[in-house]
Amino acid sequence: MKVRAQIGMVLNLDKCIGCHTCSITCKNVWTSREGVEYAWFNNVETKPGIGFPKEWENQDKWNGGWSRNKKGNLELKIGSKRRVLANIFGNPDLPEIDDYYEPFDFDYQHLHTAKPSKHQPTARPRSLITGKRMEKIEWGPNWEEILGTEFEKRKKDKNFDDVVQKDIYGQFEKTFMMYLPRLCEHCLNPACVAACPSGAIYKREEDGIVLIDQDKCRGWRMCVSGCPYKKIYYNWKTGKSEKCTFCYPRIEAGQPTTCSETCVGRIRYLGVLLYDADRIEEAANTPNEQDLYEEQLGIFLDPHDPEVQEAARKEGIAENWIKAAQRSPVYMMAMQWKVALPLHPEYRTLPMVWYVPPLSPIQSAVEAGHVGMDGEIPDLKSLRIPLRYLANLLTAGDEKPIIRALERMIAMRSYMRSHHVDGVEDLNVLKQVGLSKNQVEEMYRYMALADYEDRFVIPTSHRAYAENAYDMKGGCGFSFGNGCSDGNNGVNLFGAKKQTVRQVIPVTMKE
Amino acid sequence: MDYINMLAFGVYPYIALAVFFIGTWIRYDREQYTWKTSSSQILESKQLRKGSLPFHIGIIGIFFGHLVGLLTPKPIWHMLGVTNEMKQWVAIIMGGIFGLICLYGLAILVNRRMNNTRVRANSSTMDILLLWILLAQLVLGLVSIFYSISHVTYGAEGEKAAVMVALMTWAQNIVTLDPVDAVAAIANTPVDWVFKLHVVLGMTIFLIFPFSRLVHMFSVPVQYVARQHQVVRKKFAR
Repeated sequence: MKVRAQIGMVLNLDKCIGCHTCSITCKNVWTSREGVEYAWFNNVETKPGIGFPKEWENQDKWNGGWSRNKKGNLELKIGSKRRVLANIFGNPDLPEIDDYYEPFDFDYQHLHTAKPSKHQPTARPRSLITGKRMEKIEWGPNWEEILGTEFEKRKKDKNFDDVVQKDIYGQFEKTFMMYLPRLCEHCLNPACVAACPSGAIYKREEDGIVLIDQDKCRGWRMCVSGCPYKKIYYNWKTGKSEKCTFCYPRIEAGQPTTCSETCVGRIRYLGVLLYDADRIEEAANTPNEQDLYEEQLGIFLDPHDPEVQEAARKEGIAENWIKAAQRSPVYMMAMQWKVALPLHPEYRTLPMVWYVPPLSPIQSAVEAGHVGMDGEIPDLKSLRIPLRYLANLLTAGDEKPIIRALERMIAMRSYMRSHHVDGVEDLNVLKQVGLSKNQVEEMYRYMALADYEDRFVIPTSHRAYAENAYDMKGGCGFSFGNGCSDGNNGVNLFGAKKQTVRQVIPVTMKE
Repeated sequence: MDYINMLAFGVYPYIALAVFFIGTWIRYDREQYTWKTSSSQILESKQLRKGSLPFHIGIIGIFFGHLVGLLTPKPIWHMLGVTNEMKQWVAIIMGGIFGLICLYGLAILVNRRMNNTRVRANSSTMDILLLWILLAQLVLGLVSIFYSISHVTYGAEGEKAAVMVALMTWAQNIVTLDPVDAVAAIANTPVDWVFKLHVVLGMTIFLIFPFSRLVHMFSVPVQYVARQHQVVRKKFAR
């Protein structure tokens, strides 16, 4: 057993209102620069829909993630190492900018400078890549917002696979919609790391954050293809790949990531998970895709177990990390209550950003009278289609964990309602879903009330022990690679461009 | 003429090589962030894939052809039983094949860089200059094949293909820091203008190397094949 610790995240989709605050604050902090305007380290998708970039979940098209080869070994879906190198002159699995969207801005200045005319002046769009006028914006980071496109297009959503009658689904769409905020999964078995020919991407041992060494990245672009979540973005200006950093400077200081901190719906949770690093490959290589969820649960370690604690100490995991692991909301939701599930475990990357499935489609169906009752709670099994969809999204198609999670949430609501409204303790409903009174009250505290201190249990890292603070004094802190060598002269012999300055391409107005 | 020969084939190579070595070293040491392939595939993928693969296959073939052909000392060829004529024919045929493959790819890439709005808008002066220099150099190299064919048999018995030998001697003397003999090899043989231009332009490629995206060839990720899939870094030395 080799104990490692990771900060994991859970997103409670049941409470996500799709406000995009997470995306905007993330963008403002990390990607409001030339070259990554199109990149959203965090984005929110409306489901069902093909998402961002287009059809990212369709691995028949993009070949992201892992698969088992004929010998039964794990292999990247883009191919063996040799094949990756053979494709280095032209990556066959790379999305183009149009698969994301052509980044654009509007000529707001024109509103100030327009001469008097018969018509009101407008701020027309222009491309941020070419600087040229864009007559029509064809796609954006969130084009399908609140089911914004026609169902014909959204139907290509990969999670509809195995749902036999897609058209019935189309009629169903009025009662079925959910938001899916997505960020880098900081996987235990990251495909991007494995795909990087330069070895520039790495997982940090102490907190599991996956980062790209900007100095070592050479721009071979294999990571973009390797990542099945398409959460690595190639900066077309700097020629380097960039990704969600899990706001590591904040995490190190014990603060939540920007997306979590600013989430108005309090849907995000951050906490430590201890896991057995020796069993990663074994878990990721499970033959049956539907077992991957359970296998991943199997490598998480119980922080209350003295043996685990001892092994953790031996690996040098600090005491405050072990304590934090015991209070970890992520551990509770994923391991104890089993209401949080991984996103697309079938990619075999062992993702570490988990999701509580949304009740809303079920709730509205129940209210519309589509669903019968099974004892105290609605009979979810009669809601075949949304369950199938959620299962394709979160458990590689296995509906049982979805039903368990949803039933537990319904039971929690039902119990708390009878407790608060009728003043009755309805223990039957708890028995039906296998929860104790204590557990359900904890669930209520964490999932319904969701206090800041309960949502974010982040131990500070001990940088001071690791680095000589005196040497760090007056250092350059965060920089765009290149250490501190970027001077202020504005001229660079080797063609480096300033990342903090947007070079505005002037547009000549012909009107 | 002596002065120009000395400047072009005795002095210029050392200026170019000095800039090449020192410039590349400084860039690697100081400017890691700028060390990259500068791929524009995300802006345009289809043509890139069509052009990039033949271009790279061609140019790698040409590169190693030049490396081995120019820098392997004559005695070794003799030991291997390779006569000058044989070597010249191999160079003509292999160079021709790889040159044409490369030309096919490069033509697509030049067209793409000049005419694709997105790629063009995101190209630096160096990106464009480099492509045109490579194209010019490649065309010169292909044209020189006709001259090579015409003088395979040029030279005394046992010393045929004298122009090729002169160029080999030049290159080897440059590498062994003997510019006087290097210049003499070119000056004392009737080397055609195509070869001379090809050599000077070739040196120019060395000169601009550290300032261009060419540096990515030093980062060919061969170690990837031997590497473990996962990379875990430890920040804290325990």
